[in-house]
Amino acid sequence: MSMPFYVAPEQVMKDRADYARKGIARGRSAVAVLYSDGILVVAENASATLHKVSEIYDRIAFAGVGKYNEFDQLRIAGVRHADLKGFQYSREDVDARSLANAYAQMLGQIFTHEMKPMEVEILVAEVGLDPAADQVFHILYDGSVVDEDRYSVIGGDAEAIGSRLEAAFEPGLDLAGALHAAVSALAGPDRTLTAPELEVAVLARGNGRRAFRRLDDGDLAGMLTA
Amino acid sequence: MTLPIFSASDDPGPSFADLLRRVRVTDPLPDGNHDLTITHGTTVLGVRYADGVVMAGDRRATSGNLISHKTMEKVFPADRYSGVAIAGAAGPAIEMVKLFQLQLEHYEKVEGTVLSLEGKANQLSGMVRSNLPAAMQGLAVVPLFGGFDQRRDVGRLFQYDVTGGRYEETDYVSSGSGSLHASTVVKLGFHPDLSRAAAIDLVVNALYRAAEEDSATGGPDLVRGIFPIVATITAEGYQQVDDAELRSCVETIVAGGASA
Repeated sequence: MSMPFYVAPEQVMKDRADYARKGIARGRSAVAVLYSDGILVVAENASATLHKVSEIYDRIAFAGVGKYNEFDQLRIAGVRHADLKGFQYSREDVDARSLANAYAQMLGQIFTHEMKPMEVEILVAEVGLDPAADQVFHILYDGSVVDEDRYSVIGGDAEAIGSRLEAAFEPGLDLAGALHAAVSALAGPDRTLTAPELEVAVLARGNGRRAFRRLDDGDLAGMLTA
Repeated sequence: MTLPIFSASDDPGPSFADLLRRVRVTDPLPDGNHDLTITHGTTVLGVRYADGVVMAGDRRATSGNLISHKTMEKVFPADRYSGVAIAGAAGPAIEMVKLFQLQLEHYEKVEGTVLSLEGKANQLSGMVRSNLPAAMQGLAVVPLFGGFDQRRDVGRLFQYDVTGGRYEETDYVSSGSGSLHASTVVKLGFHPDLSRAAAIDLVVNALYRAAEEDSATGGPDLVRGIFPIVATITAEGYQQVDDAELRSCVETIVAGGASA
């Protein structure tokens, strides 16, 4: 019987984290920005059909970057989790915090116990009845959760985008202002992003029961040039 | 609650009913016929008109000889462009509507696209079919389904039988204990190019006449301000008609004489 080589647990975790980070860094990033009437989510996404930003429930949205099949599996699980909970209890009992915890549990479990960690980074955003109740949870490949209260950046280039967004962000921006800040942070100084390269959605307080709405290229083109 | 994750071969796909079956066991009905007094919803109808369809239902629910509710709602939005109206055992009917609404929304979120109107009608058919064992024990639910077909740009109406049979009707549909009387009134006043106001007038009149002939159908109550639930479904989506409009409609009917 051959003896497996001893590998220090630190090394195992580090290798897995590096692997996951490399996978995530291959794709484009996404940001969520709190604005006066809700939460804006912008992803750099050339595909019009393979979404990175989606609706989970009445007031909850999801954004994922990294490996598409993996975050899409998480998205569908989130929709199921929320719909089941709303069916068994009440629509009001479905909240982003519990969903973020469920994601974190699952990602943490996979990170420590499976051969391959998930190469994803996700956001779970919930628009509240008033701006103070807006919530954005940022969940990493290893299951760590960060609760963000102004904006959140996911993806490989998060640090640079985050520092650009930090400079442009101010509380109480309107939708167009938030969109400008998000798009210019994603693009950086050397590029300009146009409507077809972006996937944009809002969770807006004024949208009725289902707060989620996608902004199409027409809406975006108008707001980006304004 | 942990995240519902399934292996590829066991995945319920976009069906919420299948998902429910995977995660929980529903209690089967006890065997045999039961002599229970069950709350029943009564008369509902749907009529096609120029812009789409109008659906309406009275507000009465009965348990045997008793009137158990004066303000029950029997017409519900299924999603933005369709509505469902229910007649029959109220408990399972309302549960069915809730499941149906969820199913349409669940499909839309999981798949990223909305079901076709035909697809929605078929989904409801499956739900009525799965209620058949309960229907055999006296808990029948017979819904009507109406909606605006955005791909064909027309309003469409469907009615069902307890076995899940689905029948598309071109002009009007009705269900429940007062449906015979209500549909006679609709038949006499129907015209394919009815305006919105005329279509609302027609369904309110039909329910008014049905309430005169059928004890289980509730008429409009001007004293308490209880009016039928009436909703239009057009290219603009599902919109419930407000009580002020219904009140003036009822007042015109009453002023015109009950014997008309």
